[in-house]
Amino acid sequence: MSIPPPPFSGPPTGMPRLELSGITKRYPSVVANDGINLKVGPGEIHAVLGENGAGKSTLMKIIYGAVQADAGQIQWNGREVVVANPAEARRLGIGMVFQHFSLFETLSVVENIALALDEPFDLKALAIRVKEVSTRYGLPLDPDRLVHSLSVGERQRVEIVRCLLQQPQLLILDEPTSVLTPQAVQKLFETLRRLAAEGVSILYISHKLHEIQSLCHSATVMRGGKVTGTATPSRETPASLARMMIGRELPVCEVPAYTGIATPALTVNRLSLVPDDPFGTRLQDIELEVHRGEILGIAGISGNGQAELLAALSGETTGAAEAVKLVGLPVGHLDAGRRRKHGLAFVPEERLGRGAVPSMSLADNATLTAQRQGLVKKGFLRPKAAWDFAKRCIERFDVRCGGPGAAARSLSGGNLQKFIVGREIMQQPIAMVVAQPTWGVDVGAAAFLRQTLIDLSRQGVAILVISEELEELFEICDRIAVLAEGRLGPAVPKAETNAEKIGMQMSGLFAPADKEPAHAAA
Amino acid sequence: MPLLEPRSTPSAQMRLLSPLIAIGLTLAVGSVLFLALGKNPVEAFTVFFVQPLSSGNGWSELMVKAGPLILIAQGLAIGFRARIYNIGAEGQLIVGALAGGGVAIALDGVDAWWVLPLMVVAGAIGGALWGAVPALLKTRFNAEETLTTLMLTYIASFTLSYMVNGPWRDPEGMNFPQSIMFGDPALFSPWFEGMRVNASILIAAVASIAFWIFTSRSFLAYQLTVGGLAPAAARYAGFSAQRTVWVSLVLSGLTAGIAGVGEVAGPVGQLNLNISPGYGFAAIIVAYLGRLNAVGIVLAGLLMALLYLGGEAAQVALQLPAAITGLFQGMLLFFLLGTDVFVDYRLKPRPKPAYA
Repeated sequence: MSIPPPPFSGPPTGMPRLELSGITKRYPSVVANDGINLKVGPGEIHAVLGENGAGKSTLMKIIYGAVQADAGQIQWNGREVVVANPAEARRLGIGMVFQHFSLFETLSVVENIALALDEPFDLKALAIRVKEVSTRYGLPLDPDRLVHSLSVGERQRVEIVRCLLQQPQLLILDEPTSVLTPQAVQKLFETLRRLAAEGVSILYISHKLHEIQSLCHSATVMRGGKVTGTATPSRETPASLARMMIGRELPVCEVPAYTGIATPALTVNRLSLVPDDPFGTRLQDIELEVHRGEILGIAGISGNGQAELLAALSGETTGAAEAVKLVGLPVGHLDAGRRRKHGLAFVPEERLGRGAVPSMSLADNATLTAQRQGLVKKGFLRPKAAWDFAKRCIERFDVRCGGPGAAARSLSGGNLQKFIVGREIMQQPIAMVVAQPTWGVDVGAAAFLRQTLIDLSRQGVAILVISEELEELFEICDRIAVLAEGRLGPAVPKAETNAEKIGMQMSGLFAPADKEPAHAAA
Repeated sequence: MPLLEPRSTPSAQMRLLSPLIAIGLTLAVGSVLFLALGKNPVEAFTVFFVQPLSSGNGWSELMVKAGPLILIAQGLAIGFRARIYNIGAEGQLIVGALAGGGVAIALDGVDAWWVLPLMVVAGAIGGALWGAVPALLKTRFNAEETLTTLMLTYIASFTLSYMVNGPWRDPEGMNFPQSIMFGDPALFSPWFEGMRVNASILIAAVASIAFWIFTSRSFLAYQLTVGGLAPAAARYAGFSAQRTVWVSLVLSGLTAGIAGVGEVAGPVGQLNLNISPGYGFAAIIVAYLGRLNAVGIVLAGLLMALLYLGGEAAQVALQLPAAITGLFQGMLLFFLLGTDVFVDYRLKPRPKPAYA
């Protein structure tokens, strides 16, 4: 197996590796990039900071050749280049880890990686190499596993490893840390710093200010398709960066105390589940209790039983009646619709295709779960009622869209999430399970969603949040438990724990009886 | 290397227009074909599409053929919306015909008003049961319905062959593989002297209205549609995937079974080996040509019926082979699928290596 070393085309010192000038890209309805200038030197870790929709992803796709700019120049190592396509970009030495993964689900990890190589390969040797590189960079991967059985987090590892195998001179990472444990983030940062020290330039796209401050040498801030400033992150404060990014102060959630009576609403007793999927995670003796008026957070990296636990809670998989109880009523054997009837609401991680039907209008998507709110009568749809329901939801939850007739797929991630959360809340649940509430959602919408959940819990609803974003859990939850390798740790009041402890548990260390205490976290 | 890329917003207008474009392309290629055969295209199309409708009997025949096509397609469309691909309506039609015909044979000589309704009910049950078999296989063993429905069509066809060669063969039929001619109580009586159109067309009409209401208004049809568009969303909402399979296959079997009775108790008048000129398969084209929409299916069924008639007329007037009907049906489906692809996708401006 040979992965050739990068072609040597090192620039004379002082010359930027990549220089963009006046990059402009217009789409029919929006100018995604408007005269963007950007300069990255060899070995520089350069942050591109901005909210969703600021034009970061489009800019990166232009650099990677996946999208062609309408105007502007790209200079690569001092030479003007036209990056016609991603293969060209890879030949130049540009690698990219996409935010939305482009993997074939029916193929294995190593086959997916092989597909992206531009030269012939030997699958066996490549598998060994994948294992090697993934271990070295703290991104453990089984090369023979089929991609469909991987969690979102694991799929991202495939993407990162795929890039590293090609030994790029410029590595573009689009929101890479959203699915990593704090320790793994540190590990990734070490990797990136090492790569930078070896002379690799890194473009790091993120909206996480503290990450950018600790990792990046320089930053370009974008808003509405334009560069609003450049900065040296270490010399800025989160507040000053946020102002450049969103044009105002970073919103902070208010967490009032709950004044009602905290009776248990959602209870899970000794829930064990062997997954249908051979690569799924087995749930073992899950015990949890969510009270009215509180938000219980479940931390952990996806692939540790999150998907299985969610399906078991929502009713998408059913099991023993006693395993899941809703205010004392056994519901473990009921399907999702019947559980909803008993007062359980659920917001899944995948908005399009699970939480909403992409091609259907918001009004039709209201009927998907809110059918019991008078949207269906005697087996017949009531389109007017669905329309009104969707309209109220749009107004109450500030969903920016073309109205109840807009197709779900036409909404941005944040607005669709507001609609789905709103739709579930409007069914006045007793308990609500929410997965990745703010995944891929811009800062403003994320703050709105978090505040909405907090307010809802303070009205006496029991809320369970499963999230990979620790900061988020610490911001909104009352208690936090960790799900690792199909086991759930004890729920600990937020004040009695911290990111480091949670991170240790994520690596599976809370069950020392079964496991060698690993040094894995480091 | 993929030459197509998805359009970000497929045009709803083009989706409705694409059947018309497909018809246009079929006519265009048909013209070339007629020219190649040495026929004047204008004359050929006159024979094909105008002549059949220039007499009362022509309209009668159009109805006779459109009836079963529309009825079957309405049932199939329900399943197709849910991505349950019943391509064995032909078999369900045959079993429906067998069940209805069996009643007619058993009650031969009984002169009562209820014989014909009983035949229709028996046909509906027969077709529904034949649709239930693949439903059971799919829900229990996850067997692909596209394969099982097609295979069951062959079983149905051979069963029919056995019955008309064996137990139900007309003793006075000079050994032809056919049953006795049904008596009047077991037949839809023609409305007009010398024409074949009869009350069975009303079944298709009523069914079209019922399916239109069902698909546009019922919560069950909504659930089926969600199951087809986004299976994970259906599971998330708590809609039963098994019910989707059962409803789709049983309902389409039922309508095909009734269509089968319509044939044996109508134009055919007995059980024989030619009870359907492939209505069960042609109805698949009708369903898609009609955009899986109840109203569209009525229009598409009429067009497809006209193709059958035109094909027959072309055989007589232009001495073209019988295959001309199948050829036009095939072209129509081909161009429809082709134009549909371009509603959702467009050609890539230039080939890009797959980084996916």
